[in-house]
Amino acid sequence: MAEFETVVVETDLLICGGGMAATGAAVEASYWAKRHGLKVTVVDKAAMDRSGAVAMGLSAINQYVDLNSGNNTLKDYCDYVRNDLMGITREDLVASIARHVDSTVHLFEKWGLPIWKDEAGKYVHEGRWQLMINGESYKVIVAEAAKNALAAAGGEYFERVFITHPLMRGNTCVGAIGFSVRENKVYIFKAKATLGVMGGAVHVFKPRSTGEGFGRSWYPPFNSGASAFFTIYAGAEMTCQEVRFIPVRFKDAYGPVGAWFLLFKSVATNAYGGNYMQLNAAELDKWAPYGKVKPSPANIRNWLMMLDVMDGKSPIYMQTADAIKRIAETSTDEKEAKKKLKELEAEAWEDFLDMTISQAILWAATNTEPEKKPSEIMACDPYFIGSHSGASGAWVSGPEDLQTPETVGEYFWGYANMTTVEGLFAAGDASGASSHKFSSGSFTEGRIAGKAAIAYVLDHNQAPVMDDAQVEALRAEVLRPLKTFEEFKGATTDPEINPNYIRPKQFMYRLQKVMDEYAGGVTSQFKTNDKLLEKGLELLAYLKEDATKLAASNLHELMRSWEAVHRMYQGEAHVRSILFREETRWPGYYFRADKPTMDNENWLAFCNCKFDRNTGDWTMIKRPVKYITQ
Amino acid sequence: MPSYVIPDKCDGCKALDRTACQYICPNDLMVLNRDTMKAYNQDPQMCWECYSCVKICPNQAIEVRGYADFVPMGASVTAMRSSEDIMWTVQFRDKAIRPKRFKFPIRRGVSEGQAQPFELYPTGDEDIKSPTLMGEPASINTERGPVKFDKVPTL
Repeated sequence: MAEFETVVVETDLLICGGGMAATGAAVEASYWAKRHGLKVTVVDKAAMDRSGAVAMGLSAINQYVDLNSGNNTLKDYCDYVRNDLMGITREDLVASIARHVDSTVHLFEKWGLPIWKDEAGKYVHEGRWQLMINGESYKVIVAEAAKNALAAAGGEYFERVFITHPLMRGNTCVGAIGFSVRENKVYIFKAKATLGVMGGAVHVFKPRSTGEGFGRSWYPPFNSGASAFFTIYAGAEMTCQEVRFIPVRFKDAYGPVGAWFLLFKSVATNAYGGNYMQLNAAELDKWAPYGKVKPSPANIRNWLMMLDVMDGKSPIYMQTADAIKRIAETSTDEKEAKKKLKELEAEAWEDFLDMTISQAILWAATNTEPEKKPSEIMACDPYFIGSHSGASGAWVSGPEDLQTPETVGEYFWGYANMTTVEGLFAAGDASGASSHKFSSGSFTEGRIAGKAAIAYVLDHNQAPVMDDAQVEALRAEVLRPLKTFEEFKGATTDPEINPNYIRPKQFMYRLQKVMDEYAGGVTSQFKTNDKLLEKGLELLAYLKEDATKLAASNLHELMRSWEAVHRMYQGEAHVRSILFREETRWPGYYFRADKPTMDNENWLAFCNCKFDRNTGDWTMIKRPVKYITQ
Repeated sequence: MPSYVIPDKCDGCKALDRTACQYICPNDLMVLNRDTMKAYNQDPQMCWECYSCVKICPNQAIEVRGYADFVPMGASVTAMRSSEDIMWTVQFRDKAIRPKRFKFPIRRGVSEGQAQPFELYPTGDEDIKSPTLMGEPASINTERGPVKFDKVPTL
């Protein structure tokens, strides 16, 4: 095996990641670090301009509370999120993000992001909380501000360095270890505070397309569970690991449906023209009170659609042509109606071209003009994402000033967005129970965490003490897949088939098969039970043992090897949490066939978990849900 | 595929200090073959079709062919991105359908490289422990809205 140079980087705050939360943290932390003479370092496995879930662009900003308009309050936003997540949410975290998010959006506009405006100069809303944007370069613009902030404050930025593990001393995080995916270098980052903002996880479950379209996940395939592993391995308490997210999207290419439902007021029907939300309305009572609120929770909308699918009423269609016709008809003048139609057509295509270009290709390839014929929609496969209508992530402290006497003992421990590990912070898809933050809220939460982490460094301003033996052992472990490949590659004539090791892609397939078949993937219509989950854990245990036999022929595969391990830990936390929660609460996300109803008396609670890296044991913890708005 | 490189157009970014597509791909898929000095997608099954490589290529040498396992052949979506806007051309499988062309702005009012993060709004207090973020509370308000915040909102 080739020699690897060890590069040691010392910093005050280390930000691991390069997406929306990371860029928010970089801007805010740099501002405060500059005032206090501290150093901020960002490390990212990609290039910041196109790193994270907003790499492709976005056609809407999904969180803008518009407090200044007088139309909405923080409580309104908390109500919306609490109901969508079937009561399981940390209102202190939701309100914390919501009260700052408008300021973030105003910054985006000042940085050059084109936000749609009407003739009166007001933002064009897609829905109550959503703004329409020309967002092809959303991430490029935000990254530019972050890089300029780092430069202005004397910070450092490392791109194409993949972080594998946190570095720990007892229950304190003292930095991170990783390697360059471009040259033979191991990086040791020593930090007084560390922020994990490396996104959620895709490809833990088997996707619907398993050929070339394997990569066409709704959420990016490069979000590989790095955040979850980072905090799990550190021993941080995790929350809502059972709350996966399964969005409804245009079938196969996974184009967004938000603009169609909210902006164009489109209706979705089964193959025979029936509106499944109306036909299955009686089902809503079973999931009350959340089933009865408007808008219906995302998982309930999935569920009502799935009932029709299971009844054999597929395909399900978004009735795009009807919707466009209805809007165009509001113009009385024929010329005006024609112009309106042209505008709507451009808006419909831009919605995809900004954020899911594959869907535009699929429309073109199937001769679909949305104003002429409807398009199929379907539930995607399960993802782990704390920022949308999922909730998985680390259990973090809320801000002090939003606590009530009832919540302060449970939800506050010193610094906003700090995990239960000292000096380790989380935000965006890495922090849990604060759903519906999306791009703007993730950036905002990064800002909150960035400022709080600087406050932490000022209170704990001493050089981190490393456990050299641990660092050396981790260094060898990180590079082991390369060594394993070199050692055994000559044992067979085909490097793909070798009894001594497993390649990262096959390892990922094995994980996906377990998750799909035992933990309620697409092949079982998201249904599982206690016995399946227990069997799944047995198979995951073999997988975990075999992780020591991963083999990589180059740096790219070394990254794939560790991504596969990260995904596996996310998968295990998920299975254990579904098993722990003895009810079905989000029927459109997963269904416990042995516990088919919601049990508010016993399970209106958080299911948290914790991993002990020394023993390999997991501890499950039930924590109370306490609201601050009621 | 799904992103593919047209050999006659790719010059391996010889004149640049780095290969543009390799630099930008968020999933580390685009690589330069040092022997031919042409780039290629090393694992199309992990490609998100995000077009980051298409948009950054200085020679327009990269295009995307829809996922072979579910997209019928013959259609294309091509992008031309400048510093101000992006032009899209959508070609349908059925050539009787007129290709669609769209042009959308990508930036407004701030030229490339000029996004200044600090000092856009005054910061209300310098207390590192307060919930006030950079530029707040001024940045929470707009000229349009009737409700004005003189501190960070609470419930």
